[in-house]
Amino acid sequence: MYAALWRALPGTRGLKILQSVLLFIVVVAVLFQWVFPAVAPLLPLDRDVTVEGALRLSGGGSGR
Amino acid sequence: MSVSGSAPNEAGAREGRHSHPRRAARMRVLRAVIGGVGELLVTAGVLVLLFVVWQVGYTSLIDARAQQSLAGDLEHQTTAGADDPTLGLPDIGVDPTSSPSATQPTLDDGRVIAIIRVPRFGEGWARAVYEGVRLDTLRGGPGHYPKTALPGEIGNMSIAGHRTTYGHPFYDLDQVQPGDVIVIETRKAYVIYRAESTRIVKPSQVEVIAAVPGKPNAKPTEAWLTLTTCNPKFSDRERFVLHAKLDRVVPREQGPPPELTAPLGGA
Repeated sequence: MYAALWRALPGTRGLKILQSVLLFIVVVAVLFQWVFPAVAPLLPLDRDVTVEGALRLSGGGSGR
Repeated sequence: MSVSGSAPNEAGAREGRHSHPRRAARMRVLRAVIGGVGELLVTAGVLVLLFVVWQVGYTSLIDARAQQSLAGDLEHQTTAGADDPTLGLPDIGVDPTSSPSATQPTLDDGRVIAIIRVPRFGEGWARAVYEGVRLDTLRGGPGHYPKTALPGEIGNMSIAGHRTTYGHPFYDLDQVQPGDVIVIETRKAYVIYRAESTRIVKPSQVEVIAAVPGKPNAKPTEAWLTLTTCNPKFSDRERFVLHAKLDRVVPREQGPPPELTAPLGGA
């Protein structure tokens, strides 16, 4: 698939490299800005820092 | 970046042996499939690496800067707009200048209620504390467990914060030593707590934020502050918990207490 992409890019070798880098940057930007923020809550990575039941507590149980 | 020709030597050698054109075509397809799978695996690996970079590096860097400057803005607004209650920090918690304290306003989830300062986390370290511990609230900074005590009140003011992501406010929570000060700054006061103990608990151990820490049914007589974050770092398997006890409440007009202005150890 990357070979096909390389062939599809127009221009000389240098231009192709430049375009590849730009494409990579665009992909990373999309990932950082939209994809990863959407995916993060689904992974058990520093997701929850509260003690369980905190939300239930806030619903009007014991507490303060 | 191209890895399409995976294992070309082996495949090429075999292709050479089989001069039959249909066999050669089948080998070409097989090679393309294997190469494609290889590219997909490499892509997946790069994606995972990028995710780690984003989660640990990017969110932390960006959010930490935003949170620190928000705390600075609030500090400034509260001081500048002392006569305008709509500016800066809300008027909550113990008021050292008039007792008993006035009725507390109801706090909306997601609004800033105070500033937390922990000298052990670095000089000038400050974060805005939000009301609520929803996931989206905690991305903005540390959050106050609803219905737990307000700054300086009898009971147990409890705050949750991220350990390794989203500005990682409580990254160094395990570095806090007994006796270290943790200051909750409100509109009226600097509420100064001193660290007493730390614990590592299971996420289900709600009693750490009970009005008397660890004793869910006891009647509170003291003012505590409890900070919770995840443990170990990068995981949410356990919770790291720090309990601190009220030391004193300093009216805001008197300016920052020496614990905040003097270097660590001098306090």
